[in-house]
Amino acid sequence: MGLVIRLGAGAGFAGDRIDPAVELARDGALDYLVFECLGERTVAAGQLRRLADPDGGYDPLLEARMRAVLPVIEPGQTRIITNSGAANPIAAGRRVADVARALDRPTRVAVVTGDDALETVRRLDPVVWETGEPLSTSTEELVSANAYLGAEGIRLALADGPDVVVTGRVADPALYLGPLQHEFGWAADNWPLLAAGTVVGHLLECAGQLTGGYFADPGTKPVPGLARLGFPFADVRPDGTATLGKLDGSGGRLDVRTATEQLLYEVDRPEAYLTPDVVANFSGVSFREAGPDRVEVAGASGAARPDDLKVTLGFRGGWLGEGQISYAGPRALARAELAAEIVRERLADVHGIAPDAIGVELIGAGAAFRGLAPATEPLEVRLRVTARTADATQAHTVGWEVESLYTNGPAGGGGARTGIQQSLVVRSCLVPRDLVSPTVTLMEER
Amino acid sequence: MSDLTVDDLADVRAGDKGDTLILAVLPRDGEAYAVLERDLTPEAVARHFAVTEPVVRTELPHLPALVFRVPAVLAGGVTGYSGLDGHGKSLGYHLLMLRLDRTP
Repeated sequence: MGLVIRLGAGAGFAGDRIDPAVELARDGALDYLVFECLGERTVAAGQLRRLADPDGGYDPLLEARMRAVLPVIEPGQTRIITNSGAANPIAAGRRVADVARALDRPTRVAVVTGDDALETVRRLDPVVWETGEPLSTSTEELVSANAYLGAEGIRLALADGPDVVVTGRVADPALYLGPLQHEFGWAADNWPLLAAGTVVGHLLECAGQLTGGYFADPGTKPVPGLARLGFPFADVRPDGTATLGKLDGSGGRLDVRTATEQLLYEVDRPEAYLTPDVVANFSGVSFREAGPDRVEVAGASGAARPDDLKVTLGFRGGWLGEGQISYAGPRALARAELAAEIVRERLADVHGIAPDAIGVELIGAGAAFRGLAPATEPLEVRLRVTARTADATQAHTVGWEVESLYTNGPAGGGGARTGIQQSLVVRSCLVPRDLVSPTVTLMEER
Repeated sequence: MSDLTVDDLADVRAGDKGDTLILAVLPRDGEAYAVLERDLTPEAVARHFAVTEPVVRTELPHLPALVFRVPAVLAGGVTGYSGLDGHGKSLGYHLLMLRLDRTP
């Protein structure tokens, strides 16, 4: 075991770029390459895919990612950890083994399961956060329940010496904390060290967001080379302090400003960031620039982990139908508003859609700010009408009514587009942690 | 009312948790932090986002940063809201447009 462990970020979300991970895998001298590819919606969407195909339900880009990185990593030197297993970690593990065999790269794959809590929540009937009511009172069909596992399963899996660890629902920072615990032997109740590892994980988990992605603003925060943005790595020491970095010559920037923004991203209580492993306190964390694109991080503290685990519940939410059309030039806003009134009236009166299920956005006239800022007369407005419906046929009527504005609505409408999609409602609840435990399965090397 | 906006003094990163909008305000220097600590009150942010539930502010002077927790503003969030930006990711730039009541 070296004194420093280098963790690299290979993906910050399911749809992330692949080439920055390849660069990091090839030139980064990594000990671990971590692909974070699972959000609350992604896991529930994976469950829907698995219901349609028992061998599906994992990240659709998993195979492409493995094909790209397995040939460039040093076997036995860089290990891969990913939550790409999503709703079907075992099938994902098999897929990774298949890819490795096709590439003629001997690869040991370990799979962490145990996050599926569907039977547990059906039995416990916990209170759903968003409704304040017991789960059994929900009217929509529950299709999935996935508990956020901590680092334990990954730590256990790494003890078997795999080249790739595939998980389902695991708290994002735990993907990084697991290897640190494994390498440094951090105890499962050493709250300050677990908090330090969690801070490193939180900083890396969104990959390019630490190196200038989602930070860039040409006016106030210029970032060079975003088209070839380099993903970050961290050199972590046994005391939990770390140096953040990115490959020389890659695009982006890594400095105290990008690190500070990422530290606070999606953190509502910096003094108590809840994870399955520790309640991390970010409020004493500080950064120091240690060279070009190198930032030192220190100062995390922590308290005992929560007794309950958060569970993401996925429900079938019916259908969402939509239609869009543009109006430009004089009175664009007034014509778009007239069009919206017509569609609203038709959807309610002709198609029987409840008025409160219909949504209208005037894109270009402040839709993103949801009416909070006064709209000025724009050069063009794009009307978007949506409606939530019980079935697909009714969802189709939304686009139909928008499209029929061509010959029945205000002057000059153009570029109509329509669509429907099955919607998925995601909610949350808690379950006692002793009802959920990770299991490690080693894929047979064939 | 001055012409000074949050955009003149700070960057903002928006995040979401369910129906709650989280706004990290990152002043560009210590002086900007002092102005924002004084004038960018939880009440001012609540008014700007038209919410009635209290906004919670956390001060992190050493970074420097202010974190605002704006509850019940995302109308169902990423899976509940039928509008395009269910996360409310663009709402950070709405905070940048807030005019500060006093000049430094």
